[in-house]
Amino acid sequence: MALQDVCKWQALDTQGPSPHLPEAGGWAVPRGCDPQAFLRIHGPRLAHGTTTLAFRFRHGVIAAADTRSSCGSYVACPASRKVIPVHQHLLGTTSGTSADCVTWYRVLQRELRLRELREGQLPSVAGTAKLLSAMLSRYRGLDLCVATALCGWDHSGPALFYVYSDGTCLRGDIFSVGSGSPYAYGVLDRSYRYDMTVQEAYALARCAVTHATHRDAYSGGSVDLFHVRETGWEYVSRSDAFVLYMELQKTPGLEQEQELEAEASQVHPESATPQDAEEGGELFVEPEEMTTGDSRIIIAKTKMM
Amino acid sequence: MALQVGIRGTNIVVLGVEKKSVAKLQDERTVRKICALDDHVCMAFAGLTADARVVINRARVECQSHKLTVEDPVTVEYITRFIATLKQKYTQSNGRRPFGISALIVGFDDDGIPRLYQTDPSGTYHAWKANAIGRSAKTVREFLEKNYTEDAISNDNEAIKLAIKALLEVVQSGGKNIELAIIRRDQPLKMFSAKEIELQVTEIEKEKEEVEKKKSKKPN
Repeated sequence: MALQDVCKWQALDTQGPSPHLPEAGGWAVPRGCDPQAFLRIHGPRLAHGTTTLAFRFRHGVIAAADTRSSCGSYVACPASRKVIPVHQHLLGTTSGTSADCVTWYRVLQRELRLRELREGQLPSVAGTAKLLSAMLSRYRGLDLCVATALCGWDHSGPALFYVYSDGTCLRGDIFSVGSGSPYAYGVLDRSYRYDMTVQEAYALARCAVTHATHRDAYSGGSVDLFHVRETGWEYVSRSDAFVLYMELQKTPGLEQEQELEAEASQVHPESATPQDAEEGGELFVEPEEMTTGDSRIIIAKTKMM
Repeated sequence: MALQVGIRGTNIVVLGVEKKSVAKLQDERTVRKICALDDHVCMAFAGLTADARVVINRARVECQSHKLTVEDPVTVEYITRFIATLKQKYTQSNGRRPFGISALIVGFDDDGIPRLYQTDPSGTYHAWKANAIGRSAKTVREFLEKNYTEDAISNDNEAIKLAIKALLEVVQSGGKNIELAIIRRDQPLKMFSAKEIELQVTEIEKEKEEVEKKKSKKPN
């Protein structure tokens, strides 16, 4: 496989799960210099800022993320996709280095597909998290940065795992990852309940990401919202972060917030493919230039679409 | 090769084994032919005991490796496939001879469905509802084909009795030479003590007598 050769990644024992992990490949560094020090001195400064969150509740797992890809103080892409589908019942929110995340998710998809063919069923989310963390921990100390939450539905119901590239693998009910996560955690911890309704969950996720984009410089753009149900994952909406924030300011109560956001999401066509929701990115406007008059116009335009 | 019988009931799986008579000075406990591979899977083997020891060890390690890497206990089919693949490897490498054992592997999967598999030295495996391997396996299999009904296996006790009846077809000296193990859904392996086996055998003999009595009453 071309990707495998580029990464110089050796497939694990094809007979099945094995506790023996192969040795990490050698890196081409100058003689007498260990890879970690070399990368720290000479390595590229890679992008790290984002806000992603995921939480599990009675009706599945919600995954939400902003869409700003930043490279230092430069916004590389205002409309990127940070939630990656792995298979029909599994999503991953990605944070850290986007290139690392995308690459390792492709490798994970390959491994899961092979296991599905071999065993007749996909591995559980717990098994997938274990597999990903085992693959990543081989590169520990070599400046990989993948911080991801695996959101899925398997035989044990809704399942959520946090995997970090140093090998951390944690099961939990709420995870938020990225530079904007402290702000998102504040909102989530306030209103999270396992027995929420689906609409309450959507409102909570959007509210948390929006507040994080407001305060964190490296998060912004739009808010992507995904929902993993028993029947599979569903792309709920992509809404502009600034528009959402203005709406939240106007309606402090959580119940009123739900009504408004139900309206706003009806305006954006609910589609299964992310491509159709690209319009959300184009509405982004620098906050400093906004006046209340402009915000009313933008909300009116949103409603007209 | 001692006779082994495996039966897959609706809520129970039963393994019965013919025990060779033990010499007076020998310790009975070291002659076990039924071994647990994990909490929910066990196997009985017919053939070379030493070969079986190697296979069982590898299977036990694999059960734990699977739990470690996949976070789930093995399915019965998985561990059977592992044992069969292991046996097949030894039929296709130089300097090695095949494992001289046939095995009956029983257990419950995570989803609560009971399974019974049989493997042979060539490395093939098949799923069965009820099977016998070893000495006079054909006769016993015919007996099972006649007597394996939905009623017989829906009740746990009936399934146990069916296994013992099948063994008694061939085993001469009765309950003393029978080893029995059962797994019920969500419960670990249970080996029957000699007393419990005797209880079952006496019940079976009582039932037989009653059936005989009824038959002899009819013409009157």
